[in-house]
Amino acid sequence: AVKGTLRFQVSAALREGQITPTELCQRCLSLIKSTKFLNAYITVTEETALKQAEESEERFRRGQPLGVLDGIPVAVKDNFNTAGIETTCASNMLKGYISPYNATVVQKLLDQGAVLVGKTNLDEFAMGSGSTDGVFGPVRNPWSYSRQYKEKSAPKSHSEDKESKWVISGGSSGGSAAAVSSFTCFAALGSDTGGSTRNPAAHCGVVGVKPTYGLISRHGLIPLVNSMDVPGILTRCVDDAAVVLGALAGHDPKDSTTVQDKFKPFELPNLPDVSKLSIGIPKEYHAPGLSGEILALWSKAADLFKNAGAKVIEVSLPHTPYSIVCYHVLCTAEVASNMARFDGLEYGHRSDTTKSTESMYAATRREGFNAVVRGRILSGNYFLLKQNYERYFVKAQQVRRLIAHDFSKVFGSGVDVLLTPTTLTDAAPYTEFIKEDNRTRSAQDDILTQAANMAGLPAINVPAALSERGLPVGLQFIGRSFQEKQLLTVAKWFEKQVEFPMIQLEEVKRHDHGVLQHQKSASFS
Amino acid sequence: LVPWVPVVGLEVHAQISSNSKLFSGSQVQFAAPPNSLVSFFDASLPGTLPVLNRRCVEAAVMTGLALNCRVNKKSLFDRKHYFYADLPAGYQITQQRVPIAVNGSLSYSVCVDNKMSQMVTKTVRIKQIQLEQDSGKSLHDDTRSQTLVDLNRAGVGLMEVVMEPDMCCGEEAAAAVRELQLILQTLGSSQAVMAEGQLRVDANVSVHHPGEPYGVRTEVKNINSLRFLAKAVDYEIQRQIEELENGGTILNETRAFDSKLGCTISMRDKEGKQDYRFMPEPNLPPLILYDAKSLPANMNHQQVVNINSIHERLPDLPSVKRAKLVEQYGILPEHSFTLLNEDGLTEFFENVVNQTQMKPKKVIGWILKDLLSYLRQHSLTVKESPVSSFLLADLLNLLEKKEISSTAAKQVLAELWKGEGKTPLDIVKENKLELIQDQKELEKICQAVIDGRENEVITGSLC
Repeated sequence: AVKGTLRFQVSAALREGQITPTELCQRCLSLIKSTKFLNAYITVTEETALKQAEESEERFRRGQPLGVLDGIPVAVKDNFNTAGIETTCASNMLKGYISPYNATVVQKLLDQGAVLVGKTNLDEFAMGSGSTDGVFGPVRNPWSYSRQYKEKSAPKSHSEDKESKWVISGGSSGGSAAAVSSFTCFAALGSDTGGSTRNPAAHCGVVGVKPTYGLISRHGLIPLVNSMDVPGILTRCVDDAAVVLGALAGHDPKDSTTVQDKFKPFELPNLPDVSKLSIGIPKEYHAPGLSGEILALWSKAADLFKNAGAKVIEVSLPHTPYSIVCYHVLCTAEVASNMARFDGLEYGHRSDTTKSTESMYAATRREGFNAVVRGRILSGNYFLLKQNYERYFVKAQQVRRLIAHDFSKVFGSGVDVLLTPTTLTDAAPYTEFIKEDNRTRSAQDDILTQAANMAGLPAINVPAALSERGLPVGLQFIGRSFQEKQLLTVAKWFEKQVEFPMIQLEEVKRHDHGVLQHQKSASFS
Repeated sequence: LVPWVPVVGLEVHAQISSNSKLFSGSQVQFAAPPNSLVSFFDASLPGTLPVLNRRCVEAAVMTGLALNCRVNKKSLFDRKHYFYADLPAGYQITQQRVPIAVNGSLSYSVCVDNKMSQMVTKTVRIKQIQLEQDSGKSLHDDTRSQTLVDLNRAGVGLMEVVMEPDMCCGEEAAAAVRELQLILQTLGSSQAVMAEGQLRVDANVSVHHPGEPYGVRTEVKNINSLRFLAKAVDYEIQRQIEELENGGTILNETRAFDSKLGCTISMRDKEGKQDYRFMPEPNLPPLILYDAKSLPANMNHQQVVNINSIHERLPDLPSVKRAKLVEQYGILPEHSFTLLNEDGLTEFFENVVNQTQMKPKKVIGWILKDLLSYLRQHSLTVKESPVSSFLLADLLNLLEKKEISSTAAKQVLAELWKGEGKTPLDIVKENKLELIQDQKELEKICQAVIDGRENEVITGSLC
């Protein structure tokens, strides 16, 4: 049951009494323990989870479950506020900070009866593309311990070498992606500012959804870039993502940037038909550094659509090359602003210095933030200086508009969905990844994902195939504003075509008894 | 000696009169226990977002309309960054790029040569009105080397009214602010009580020779009353003139007014160090206001602020009220000025008029000369007057019916001030102040006098 999918397997199993919420919760909690080495979780909320599971069980007993999500274990990235539970953003600044309220999306999940098993690990304040730069250490990609990866990596019988060969989970929502990938929960919340949900989804072989900006409330999500952040959804299949999206979407009066239109939850067709669609292949996404095998996979995917009768055409998003620099300016400027509140006065870490308020601020911020955060604050403040504002910030906003316009032009010309790679390569080994600094890595890794954030468009990573190294590679679909139904329908069709293999976690198998073999149309490798 | 032209501009911060704060639902209340009116957003807890308070928008629109401004149908919010203990987020949300109202004017009156009878109308241009957050309060405890922070006020809505440098002296500045105060109180958009911090004024002062460009200006802060405003401005003008005549220069700086010493003291270097790094507030979409023409048919009225409906609901502004008083009661313009200037006096006056046959033109004299001077002497407000409008009307009726003389009336009034609960009639009787109306009675008395003083009268008539 643990490895099953939410919508079709586990939910049904719960309803039919094949398994109880408490049993399910306990399985997940035990799995979390046995996969501790992944470092996917910062806080495991064992007590509250079991309590929530009990309450769910009571509802099932009465025959009154709240919905598909009732009793389903979920995890939440540690930059979402969770009432009574520590929320750290993987930073010294918020170590020990207990949120006094629930983020709207967290509340919505709880209101549907979901069981919160824990807060997941991330790059500090969601700045990074590897989940390697948080104070609780890096997240390990579960695929590092998969039979698929081990078979492909040159076996040097020493276990030490095996240790050093573990690969990153991607970031910054690496903990959430790893948690879903390793079966410790059925769905997880991430956040996506420049690709932070889709990137780890691709590396960990799970579905990662970036919704349209304004569809899902950001109230309670500790912001990185307010004008680009969205809550992200990570699941093991597209149908599950649709369920979670349905529970989360909709206007929130507490978030003035959510649209007022009433949201209509949707179900995806069982047999999606893509023959009437137009799929765009943006040529600029053939970016420098794109691995040969991903390029080939991308091409193969395009052919799949062609063969199904869809119109597949090459399109151009000419301002794509400027997006990284543009993103850098706007992101750091907002970071500098958003981080100004961390002064040690009202909450969070406060330095011991008592010389003056100013020195207390300086020491608190130096001690509380890592180098990545501090670097972005300094950059951002530079761009916001009066003498630089026009030249950098305003200019970047103008370029942002051009980037968004590229997309609307393409969609306006009849293209329904864009198909692109999600990442340049499969997951790098940690020791390789850390050879370059965070800024360099982010600039490289964000290139395929962050334009969607600039334009506020919905996008989704769908696991497509395993690389030569036995690691997941995903492909990305980018859709029109607020057309999540169409986007997820295309994604679901693609998912059915590729039959991405289930991860075979060796360490985990030992601990997980009585696993129901699921009947997903996936073929096993 | 070449004359100096002083130039005075003002930045007035008026606290919006509303139940809750500008971007959060916590209450607005003066003198509540410290940190008892602080929401998560006010404390800048991570993940909280601003939600605009409709009432605050309406207050700003009302004020903009009353000040003849153009209300911008689209205005924007910005972040102004600086670090200070009373600013939890490290930035203030304000309107720097496109404020809610611009290009208005305020007319006010000043006395020429301190003569109330010679009043001149002046106008000051209103550059803009912007919505912004108030900060919290910090108190410095030097003995324990600590700063105490109270965030009750953090996030309360403010309207910043910027007045162009069209004023020339302390008196004009004070008169302009006084008129603004009356307007705000009439609208109800702000209670504008300076003593409670609901109205704060910063003055920008510079001097120059006629025909030359404006001089370097200083900003004067820490002004707590209209009287101090006039003093501070006049002092600063003088200081600058003296400085320049002695060959010195004026620094573009902020100065604090010291009310005890009656002078301004340099605070900090305003220019240079402080770069506020203005940035659009990303969590608030542009504020869109509608009027009857632009309002879409299917729009939910709860979600919309309609400039036209606000305009229709505007009450009579002070200038209109004054004109009406003059017309209705036949009093002089300067009378109406004083009536409106004193809180509750107009009402008092009108109550007396309604309860007496005495003509308003005569009543006004009693109100402005006798009542008001007594109140001022004893530092009482109209509401605190021991003589109610009823009692005064009573007294004036006696006078009007010629039951007492006006000298006697003044005597009775003096007695009434004691507030011993006696009616005018009681006092008249006690002191035998009745005027004798009876002709025969009068003749009798006169005759008695003449009889008693026969010789003198005869002597007198021969002279």
